[in-house]
Amino acid sequence: MKVTCPHMGHLHWMLDDLFGRLGVEYVKPPPTTTKTLTIGAKHSPEFACLPLKINIGNFIQGLDMGADTLIMAGGHGPCRFGYYGIVEERILRDLGYDFRFMMLEPFGDGKWAFYKTFETLSPGSLSLRKLWKILKVSFTKGRAFDQIHKRTLQVRAYEVNHGDTTRALREAEKMLTQAFTTEEIEEAGREALALIDNVEQDPERRVLKVGIVGEFFLLLEPFSNFGLEEALGHMGVYIERSVWVTDWIAPGRDNKIYGFHKDIVDGKAAPYLNHNVGGEGRETIGSIVLMAERKFDGIIQLLPFGCMPENIATSIIPKVQRDHDIPVLTLAFDEQTGRAGVITRVEAFLDLLSARRGLSLVGTNA
Amino acid sequence: MRVGIPRSLLYYKYLPFWKTFLAELGLEVETSPLTNKKILSWGVEVAENELCVPVKAFYGHCMALRGKVDALFVPRVVSVEERAYTCPKFLGLPDMVAAVADQLELPPLLTPKLNQREKPREFKWQLINFAREEFGLSVLDAVSALEAATRAQKDYQKSLVAGRTPLDLLPASRLNRPRWKIEKKERKRIGLLGHPYNIYDGYITQNLIARLEEMGADLVVPEMTDHHVLMQEATDVPKQLYWTYEKEIMGAVNHWTRNRMVDGVIYVLAFACGPDSLVQVLIEHRARTHNVPLMSLTIDEHSGEAGLVTRIEAFTDMLMRKKKPAEAVA
Ligand code: SF4
Repeated sequence: MKVTCPHMGHLHWMLDDLFGRLGVEYVKPPPTTTKTLTIGAKHSPEFACLPLKINIGNFIQGLDMGADTLIMAGGHGPCRFGYYGIVEERILRDLGYDFRFMMLEPFGDGKWAFYKTFETLSPGSLSLRKLWKILKVSFTKGRAFDQIHKRTLQVRAYEVNHGDTTRALREAEKMLTQAFTTEEIEEAGREALALIDNVEQDPERRVLKVGIVGEFFLLLEPFSNFGLEEALGHMGVYIERSVWVTDWIAPGRDNKIYGFHKDIVDGKAAPYLNHNVGGEGRETIGSIVLMAERKFDGIIQLLPFGCMPENIATSIIPKVQRDHDIPVLTLAFDEQTGRAGVITRVEAFLDLLSARRGLSLVGTNA
Repeated sequence: MRVGIPRSLLYYKYLPFWKTFLAELGLEVETSPLTNKKILSWGVEVAENELCVPVKAFYGHCMALRGKVDALFVPRVVSVEERAYTCPKFLGLPDMVAAVADQLELPPLLTPKLNQREKPREFKWQLINFAREEFGLSVLDAVSALEAATRAQKDYQKSLVAGRTPLDLLPASRLNRPRWKIEKKERKRIGLLGHPYNIYDGYITQNLIARLEEMGADLVVPEMTDHHVLMQEATDVPKQLYWTYEKEIMGAVNHWTRNRMVDGVIYVLAFACGPDSLVQVLIEHRARTHNVPLMSLTIDEHSGEAGLVTRIEAFTDMLMRKKKPAEAVA
C-alpha cells in the first residue's frame, strides 16, 4: 500500500514522521508548483475554491508516482472543506484513476472510526494505545515545526544579512527531522529556536507589525499566497499569524501556537460575529480585534476566492476597522491571480501603514 | 409594531411559518416587493463583491423595507435537521446585515436563532424563548403561536407536494403568463433544479420559469416531492451531505433520474455559491450516468437576458428533437 495526501504548508514534515512510525509507505507528492495548480484547475469545477484545485493537482501527481491509497481530511461543515474529499474522489474516479480512498474524520466524531482509518493503513499490529502514543509524538514534532516557523516570521524583519533567517530555518528544519523520541524532539526544538534567534539582527530597526489572518489553507500553504510572508519579512515587516497547522489539527487547545485560547478569540469576535460560520470566519474577526488591541499596524486577510466563511468575515470587517481604527487589506486568490498584482497591493498597503506611523521601512532588500 | 420580512433567501421556504408566527405574536407583517432593478442594485452596492447574488438581493430587500417597518426579521437559521447545517451565510446573515445597519439606517433587527443540529425539537424552545424575551409572551401563548405557524407551514407543504409551486402559493413573482404555443403532446418535462430563492425569483433568473413554459416545458420542481423522499434519495453518497438544502437538490435529481420523471434537467446555480459548486460535480455525474440531458445555468447580477434565452432555447430544442419520450413511472 502506497499512501498519498495533499500538501498543506509544512504538514508533510509531520506526515513523514507519522507514516514512518506507522510503517506505511508515504508517497509525498512533488512540492506544489504552478504545474500542480494547472493540472488541478483543469479537472476541477470552475467555482470550487483554490485549495480544492491544488488538492486535485497533488493527488494526480501522487497517483502518477504510484500511490494507490488516498487520504483526505474530513469535517462536518458548514464550510465546504469537510466535503472536499467526496468530490475529489468523484473527480479522480471520473478521470479513470483506480485507488482506495479514505476520509480521516475528526477524532471528536468517533474515536473508533478514527482508529479504524489508521488500522486499515497498518493492519494487525496497531492497538488504540499504540496509535495514541504515535500520534502524540508526531504531534509534538508538528508543534516544534510550528514554533520555529513562527519565530522565523518575527526574526526575519530584523535580519542584517538578506536570507540569513531563511537559511537558519532550513537548518532548524533538518535538525527537527532527525529527532525521534519526544525528548529528542524537545531538545532539537530548543536548539532549532536558538539557531533562528542567533541570526544577526538589528534591534534598532523600526519595523511594521502586521497580522495575517484568514482561511487556513491560504495561510498555511506558501505556494498559494506567493510566499507572501517571506516577502513581507524581507521588506522589514514583523508578522504574526492567526492559524497554525497544529492549532488547526487540534483546535481549542490551551497552549495554542497563536497564543490565545479559542474562547478569547471568539469573545473578541462576539460583538461583530456571534456564531461559528465554519472555517476561520469567526477566528478572523476575533484575531483582528485582538491584534488591533495589541497595537498592530495593520492586518492582511487572505482567502480563496468565494470562501464562504471568509466572505462573511470580509462583509463585517469594515465595521471592525472603523471601531478599532485598524487598516485591513483583503486579498482573495484563485488560479488567475498574478503575483505582481498582489505584491503591488501589499506594497501600497505598507506605504499607508508606514505613513500612519511616520516611518520609513528598511528591509534587507529595500 | 410592524415587522418586515425580506422577500429573499428562506422567504420562499418558510414564509407561511414566519408570517403566521409573527402575526400570532400580535405583530403586523410587511414583506418587501418583488425583486426589481432598484432592489438588486442597492444590494450590489452595499454587499461584498464576492457574495452570491441571492445574498446581495437580501441586502436590497432590507433596504426596501426601510422606513416602512419598525423592525426587520432576519433569523439566524443554523440548522433545520439533526447533524446538518444550512449554508454558512445563513449562519452569519444577522451579523452581516448588522454590520451595515448603521450606515444604511436600517431599523432594529429581530434575529432569533434556530438550530436543530443537536436536538431536532430544540427550535421550538428557541422560538418560545424568543417570543417571551422580545415580546413578553407567556409560554402558553407562545406555544399556541408556534402551533398555528406549524399548521400554516404544513398546509403550504401539502399544497406543494400536490403539485403547486411556491409561485402559485406565495404572492406571485411571475412577470408574465405563458402563451402556450406548443401542443400538449409535444411538450417536454423539464426538471428545474436549484435553490428556491434563485429559481422562483423572476427578476434574478430573467423570468426563467415563464420562458420555459412558453417554450413548451412542463416543469417539475423539487418542492413537488415529499421531503422524506428527497432525503431518502440523497443517500447514495459515501458521506452524507451536511447542507440540508443541497441534500434536497441532490435528492430531487436522483429521484427524477431514477424514476425517469423528466426529459431533461436545468440546474440553476448562483455564481460563487459554495455548496452548489461542489454538489454540481455529483449532480452532473448523476445525470451523465443516467443519460438525462442536463444544463447548468450560472446566474449573477450581470446575467444578461439574451444569453439566457439562447441557451434555454437550444436546450429545449434539443429535447424536442429527441425522439423517444421517457416513460413516467411516478
Ligand atoms: S447556498 Fe449558495 S446561493 Fe445560497 S446563500 Fe449559500 S452560497 Fe449563496
